[in-house]
Amino acid sequence: MATPLVLLALLAEGAKHGYELKREHDERLPGAKPLPYGQVYSTLQRLERDGFVAVAGVVQEGGPERTVYELTPKGTEKLQAWLAETEPPLPYVGGALFARVIMALVAGGDARAALDRQRAAHLERMRELTRAKTASDASAAAVLASDFALLHLDADLRWMELAVRRLADLTEEMNR
Amino acid sequence: MTPLLQARDVSVSFGRTRALRGASLAIGAGEIVAISGPSGSGKSTLLHCLAGILVPDDGEIRYGETRLDELDEDSRTRLRREVFGIVFQFGGLVPELTAVENVAVSLMFGGLGRAEAAAAALDWLGRLGVDDCAPLRPGDLSGGQVQRVAMARALAHGPKVVFADEPTGALDSVAGEEVLGLLLGTARDHGTTVVLVTHDNRIAAYADREIVVRDGAVAASPVVTR
Repeated sequence: MATPLVLLALLAEGAKHGYELKREHDERLPGAKPLPYGQVYSTLQRLERDGFVAVAGVVQEGGPERTVYELTPKGTEKLQAWLAETEPPLPYVGGALFARVIMALVAGGDARAALDRQRAAHLERMRELTRAKTASDASAAAVLASDFALLHLDADLRWMELAVRRLADLTEEMNR
Repeated sequence: MTPLLQARDVSVSFGRTRALRGASLAIGAGEIVAISGPSGSGKSTLLHCLAGILVPDDGEIRYGETRLDELDEDSRTRLRREVFGIVFQFGGLVPELTAVENVAVSLMFGGLGRAEAAAAALDWLGRLGVDDCAPLRPGDLSGGQVQRVAMARALAHGPKVVFADEPTGALDSVAGEEVLGLLLGTARDHGTTVVLVTHDNRIAAYADREIVVRDGAVAASPVVTR
């Protein structure tokens, strides 16, 4: 993922030290892998070397001294350019699920049973995500992250349902 | 698990169409179950049999020890009013009655006086966040408000089982999840069993368990390995 750009975006709110950036990254993007401290510091050093951030000072709040970073004008420009771009739509087809389902359909055997198992596994994950997002202490960021995952899993399921209905076409095509 | 609801080899035909052909399932007390399946799979017919709205041509429907398929119309109606709550896709409210009257009527069937029933109905409308709709008729309510009133009506008499047939089908995704969250939250608090028919995977994910209906029968539960 675009970790350097995410750090620039978090710094757009004001100067922060590495520990704050790590914590905010994990809070705002609860569905993503937690950011290791090491990566925060190495990324900040690279951003500083390239002139996108600058050291704004050093703070000490009881613990060790922490370097505070701020966005430079060049960093602001880079961030704005990133936000103005669109994310390329993922090609998706070619994923492991796609290959497995198509092969289950074409390789004979019990494709129906394979799809039912996949559906059950998907729904189990969707129930976990639904419990997480409906928990009384779920943050708005956590709800959004769960919705993102839920809608993608839902799309997989609906495609699998369609695949079953198109099974006859697929078989006919293979036998040509 | 001693099942609260059971269907055994249930078959139903409408003319020459066989909607159910030997459907069997068991649902425990307090379970929240989603019945899903493609359009025309027979899932709504199965729900109507379990709720005592339809009598199957063949097979057994049990609520506890009671054979629903052997009860006469009056006894099934009494059971539906007293121990079941039912929510349909478009609410199914009586258009001539106000929201509070729609809920109160179900309580008056249970023996409450008019004033008591109205007070309890208003309380239920409040729990579902639509007490300000109390004096309005269904025609003046939004789709989400209608479903909340329908849920208040289904829950007010303290049913043992709530049957919901595509209860969010007429709502957008956010409104649908909100009303479903309210229904299931209340059901979980009271230990009420919920049987939910849906074709929406995200709604099915709110249930504890999914029962898939295909070609008029219940599909075997697959063993999931990860």
